[in-house]
This record gives sequence, C-alpha cells and structure tokens, in this order.
Amino acid sequence: MTTEVVDGAPVVLSARRISKSFSGVQVLFSVDFELRRGEIHALMGENGAGKSTLVKILSGFEQPTSGEILLDGKSVKLPPDGAAEALGIVIIHQEFNLAEHLTVTESLFLGREVTRFGVLDRRFMRAETRRVLELLGSHVDENAMIGSLSIAEKQMVEIAKAISRDARVVFMDEPTAVLSREETNFLFRLVRKLRDKGTSFVFVSHKLDEVMELTDRVTVLRDGQWIKTAPTSILDGEAIAQLMVGRELSSLYPAKTEPDVDEEVVLRVNSVSTGYVRDASFEVRRGEILGFSGLIGSGRTELMEAVVGLRSRAAGEVLVRGQAVPSGDVHAANKAGLAYMTKDRKAKGLLLNAGMMANLTLQSLGRHARLGYLDPGSEQAALVKARRRFDIRVRDDSVVAGRMSGGNQQKLLLAKVMETDPSIIIIDEPTRGIDVGTKQQIYHFISALARDGRSIIVVSSEMPEIIGLCSRVAVMREGHIAGILEGDEISEQEIMRYAAGLKKKTAA
Amino acid sequence: MSVNQESSQQAIRRRRWRDIDLRAVAPFVALALLLLVGALVNPNFISINNLANVATRSAFIAIIAVGATFVISSGDLDLSVGAMVAFIASLMILFMNSGVIADPVLMLLAAILFTIVAGALCGLTNGLITTVGKIEPFIATLGTMGIYRGLTTWLSQGGAITLKEPQLQEMYRPAYFGTILGVPVPIVVILAVTAVAAFILYRTRYGRHVVAVGSNRDVARYSGISVNRVRTVAFVIQGLCVAAAVLLYVPRLGSTSATTGILWELQAITAVVVGGTALKGGAGRVWGTICGAFILELVGNIMLLSNFISEYLIGAIQGAIIIIAMLVQRSLVRKS
Repeated sequence: MTTEVVDGAPVVLSARRISKSFSGVQVLFSVDFELRRGEIHALMGENGAGKSTLVKILSGFEQPTSGEILLDGKSVKLPPDGAAEALGIVIIHQEFNLAEHLTVTESLFLGREVTRFGVLDRRFMRAETRRVLELLGSHVDENAMIGSLSIAEKQMVEIAKAISRDARVVFMDEPTAVLSREETNFLFRLVRKLRDKGTSFVFVSHKLDEVMELTDRVTVLRDGQWIKTAPTSILDGEAIAQLMVGRELSSLYPAKTEPDVDEEVVLRVNSVSTGYVRDASFEVRRGEILGFSGLIGSGRTELMEAVVGLRSRAAGEVLVRGQAVPSGDVHAANKAGLAYMTKDRKAKGLLLNAGMMANLTLQSLGRHARLGYLDPGSEQAALVKARRRFDIRVRDDSVVAGRMSGGNQQKLLLAKVMETDPSIIIIDEPTRGIDVGTKQQIYHFISALARDGRSIIVVSSEMPEIIGLCSRVAVMREGHIAGILEGDEISEQEIMRYAAGLKKKTAA
Repeated sequence: MSVNQESSQQAIRRRRWRDIDLRAVAPFVALALLLLVGALVNPNFISINNLANVATRSAFIAIIAVGATFVISSGDLDLSVGAMVAFIASLMILFMNSGVIADPVLMLLAAILFTIVAGALCGLTNGLITTVGKIEPFIATLGTMGIYRGLTTWLSQGGAITLKEPQLQEMYRPAYFGTILGVPVPIVVILAVTAVAAFILYRTRYGRHVVAVGSNRDVARYSGISVNRVRTVAFVIQGLCVAAAVLLYVPRLGSTSATTGILWELQAITAVVVGGTALKGGAGRVWGTICGAFILELVGNIMLLSNFISEYLIGAIQGAIIIIAMLVQRSLVRKS
C-alpha cells in the first residue's frame, strides 16, 4: 500500500494561478499545483484537459501567459528548452530522447562530457554510469548501443540519466504505455526507492489502477481547470474517473454480443509462421470480437501483419470466406475485406502534417476517383460523414492531424480504416494513450461494428479491455498461441497463466 | 436550407482567405519584389520583350524542375538530370544524323518519340536503382550522373555532336524560336507541362500518393500504397520532363557537347526549393517551382542589365538564393 507523506513536507515546486493561451485559445485557466519533497503526485485528466501543457510549463518548455512558478518557495522563471535540468527538473518524455547510435554511457553524459586535459575521460564516465545503473539495480551494459536495448531498458537509461543529473523533480509522461506488467512493477519499485530518498515525481497516466497503486496524491484537471487535489488513499478509481469526466461513467464496456455457434467462419488462419511467429492457427466468426493478449514482444503484431499481407509469411495460409489470400500482398488482403489498424498512429497511421481529409481518404482514394481524377466534393462528404459517425471533435476542418488530441487522432485513424469498408478489422492497441471518455466511445464503436456483422480482432496489452470486450481470447507467448480461452476462462489470472507459460493448450 | 448552405460556404471562403499558407505565397511575393527591383534598375527591364526573353530562357530549368518537384515531393532526389539532358540530346541528334528514315517529317516525329522513350528509360533506371537496389537516391543518381555524362563524352569523342541535315534543322527550328498566337513556343510548353503536372499532383490519386510517400513512408505502406512503385514513377516523370526540355534544347543550337547541362541539376533543385517544396518531401508546389525558375533567370537578367555587379558572380548569387530561400521557409514554418 502507499505510504502517507508526512503532511507539511516542504514544497519543492509549485504553480500559482497559471494560465496559458496558444494563439488566442486558452488551454489553462488559473491552475494551482504543488509538489512536495519525496512524493509521487499523479496528474490526471482527459486528453485536452491541459496536463501536457502544465507539465511543459513546470519544466520550462513553455512559459505561462500569467501566474508564477515557485521553486523552493522562491518565484522563478524557468529557463527554456530543457535548460531547467540544471535546476534539477527533468522530464522523461513518452517518446524517448535517445540517439540510437550512442552507447549507454555516451547517452548519460551527452552534453556534459567529462574531460581530462581536454580529452574525454571515458573510464571515469563508464564507471559513473555503472554506479548509477547499479544504484537502480539494473543489469544494462554501460557499453551497449541504445539501439540494441529493449523499450524497458531504454526507459531505464532515461531514468539513469535523470538520476545522474541529480534530479529533484522528475516528470514522467505515460511511462508505462509501452511496458509489460513485470517491467512496470520494476519501474514502480525503482520510483518508490527514489521517492524514499527525497526525489519528487509527477506521474502523468491514463491507467487508473497504476495511479492507485503507485501515487501518494492526485491532482485532477478538466478542460484546463484545476478540479481537485487529494491523497490517493481517500479516492478510488471510480471517483477519479468521475472527477476527470465530470459525469457518471455508466459503464465503460458495452454489453457483449456473442455470435451464434453456427455463424459463418469468415477468417481462418492455418499454421502461419514468420521469422518469430510459429505455427499460429485461429479462426474468427462473423460478428465476433476475438481478443489477442500476451506480453509485449510475444509476436501479436507480427502475426497480424502477416495475416493482412504487410509482412510475408514463411509458411501457412490465410483464408477469407474460404478464399486463400496470397502472402505479403496488402492489396489482395484489402480486397478480400481485411484491414489492419496500426498501434503506432503517429509513425505508421496518420500523416501528421496533412489535414483530416487527406488522411481519411488516403487508404480508399479509389472510391473518390474516376479514371484517377479525384472528386473533392465526394471526399468532403466522406469527411462530414466520418466526423459525425466517429464523433471527431476539432475546432475547424483544416487542422492538421499532428495538432489533434490523441483521442481524436485515434478516432480519425479508425475512420480511415473503416473507409475501406472492411468485413474483418484487426485493431492493434485500440486505446493506447487516450483518455477514459474516448476509450468508452471507442469500445462502443467496436461493439457496434460487430453487431453490424463485421468481425473484429482486438490486440491489446490492457487486460481489462480484452476481458471487457471479447467473447474469445487468444493468448500469445514467445511467438506461438499458448491457448484460446472462452467464456468463464476469460479472467486476468487465467490469461496471465498462459502468457507467462504456466499453462498451455493446443487449439482444438 | 439553401440560405444556410450559402452562409456556411461564405464562412469557408473567409476561412480559406485567412488560412493562406505563407510558404505557398512567398515565392510569388519574391517574384513581384524582383520585378519591382528590376524596373528601378533599368527601365528596359520591364518591357514585354525582355520579360518574354527571360521566360523563354528559363524554359529548360523550369521544365526539368517540374519533374524534380515530383521526385523531391516523394522524398527522393535526382542529381543526374543535367547529365541526362546532355546524354538524351546527343542520342537524339545522333538518331537524326543516322538517316534511317528518309522522309524528314517522319524522321522528326520518330526522333521526338525516340527522345521521349529515352527520357522515360533513363528515369526508370534511376528509379529502379533507388527502389529495387535500395540505394540512397543521392548516391544512386550521383552514379548515373557520372554514367550519363561519361557516355555523352564518349559519344561525342570529347567534341561536339551537331545536327547535320540542314532540312531537318530548318523544319525543327520553330520548336524553339517560333511563336503560337504571339507567345514564344517555350513559354507555351512551360505552361502546358506545368498545368499537366499540377493536375497530376493535386487532382489525381497518384499525386496524393506521392505526397503521402514523401511525408511518411510507413504511413503510406500501412495505408496499402505501393511505395516503390510511386517512387519509381516519380523518377520516370522526371525523365519525361528532361526529354521535354531536350526537345526544346536541340532546335535552339542544333548541337550538344560533353558540357551541355552542367550544373542544371543544382538549378533545378534550387528552383524547386525556392518554389516552396520541402526538400525532405511531403509537400509539392508545381506553380511555385515555375516561379522559382523565373526568379533564378530574373536575377541573372537584372545583374546583366544593372552593370554594378559582375555577371560572373551569377553562380554565387544563385547559391545565396537557395540558402536565403531555406531560411525564409524555416521562419515561416515557425510562425504558422
């Protein structure tokens, strides 16, 4: 359980009546925030509530329009562009700030290399890096290339970097989004250890259970306003969710609809193998929502990419309504009605510099073209329809995708995939990094698509989501399907047993 | 209902006016400023005759740069275009000199067709080396640049290749020196090529794919676009544009040498960048490119007419222009 912070512990960093506007649009309204020494403080809110802006202001990346920031009780103006690190204020970004071609040691000392007589003192830097890594209980090799590390290890390097700079305040933006459960546990142990030594953490996350588990206090923002700050121990997940949304969340998940047993099997995957995935077989019926669970790196994405032809198969076949789909041919797969929605909406899903319309129709331009000539009217009509159908909320139509909130981006990506009118949709991590309100909407979209007679495969690392949505769940482990669970078998413990290799069954 | 629609359309129009992309407008503003400067320097400058002359002389670079707009928008680069001009022009003249077809009219038509096919093949070669061979376009086209240039030197044995048949030359001359409705042919060709290119880039599925591929290859691939095919076709379009430039170049002098088209690739890339196309891909502006080519030629013309800067500095000035254009682009991005 969380330990109470002694009331009245000195305040390290605080914000008083901070307001911020971007080109005339106010995003923060007189927000107060206070971070004590040695506490883990959760910052919660829906997408667009102003969390990121507040974090940027408190770390010097943005200047407030009005209000003041106090460091150790004294009013300060934080230096821009990460120079606040010198004051002990460090931000660990969701996307890591590490150069792939440097070693761990070089990354740690980047920009403040230690020299002796003008020559790099590499031995000292290596030893210092080792010391910091030992302190964190990490086995990462200080000479390893960043590019060769796993995501969790990269995160470890980021934290080591923060510590080696004597950080007093560490901001973590969605640190667990890309971590498995075990890696998350490890991170939490580390954060607690540092907290007990007096470091303060601001933890920005959408995962309520993790906030309940880790943090000492919670501050909730909504629509740019401060709503509440309270000790985590007197709140529960439901209460925080309600504070964030400002209304009752009736139920996060829609009622499950199970397809009839004799419903047509639309997708049959037989013994598909790729470089990593071995001998994977499963089938999906019309109107079914099939879940794919497993640890990060268990081969789920690779399998799905092989199914839709984004990756060629080493062996095995994919049948859509009995018709074989050739390997490594996206066009043929799309034509057969298969569509894949990537989990990486920023790097693989959307053109961030392009507007909504260009993104929406990119995959389905053929529908708006006659002999290659595009009809802008038809595209515009599609956008109007998609915005209504998927409730994409933006101030005006010309906004570029990169400026939209994560939730709206995800809805746009879903709309883009649905423009191809697929009958089988594979959705990889449907709600990564988006707020509770939008999550609920997306769950209802998925459910509605299934009721519509489409088949859906949901790949997710968030177990509640898999359990709440799916009527059957395949669990992958180290490149193969460890088991397919149905009905009462679908529970966190049971899925974990398969994912961790404690239990196994071959598909019937 | 209809009233509602009208007012919403008005709102859209107003918003469009406000949201004008500064980067798209900047080259035209620069062009207007240059015209103003030129008029102040020398009153002869602003005469229709002089301006038509400038536009005519910019034709080669302008047409090549239109092709370069496609290649650059799709995220690639073609350094071989200058050498390709020399190579294809040499081939065309050698073909016409060979006398395989007796009738001069048929011969000319065959030579034109031959040139277009040669251009497309040269572009295809560049495209396949970059995509199938998976070689950085900078290196791939640096290689073909050496190859095309070397082949030209070999074909001409270090000297010049000259069109021998006087009858053919006489018949072909108007393709550069003639006028259509009083407008010099090269200007008509620039406008036609640009209009077709703009249509392809902005109004067709392929054009949208070019920009998507240049903007983010992964997004394009995950959207079911054949990335390599789009890139290769962009190189072929570049080759066709080079062929079009050659078709204007040959009747002008009736001769080529190993030094034909030297540094044209730099001028073409400069025109594209000055015109507002992002060098890292993802945004193409065909009309801006044409504007960029005019700007380059105008600067030379003003220097020639002004007498206070030596015209031998033209190369240096053009080099400075590309840097200034990049700086202006950067500052406009920050503002928007």
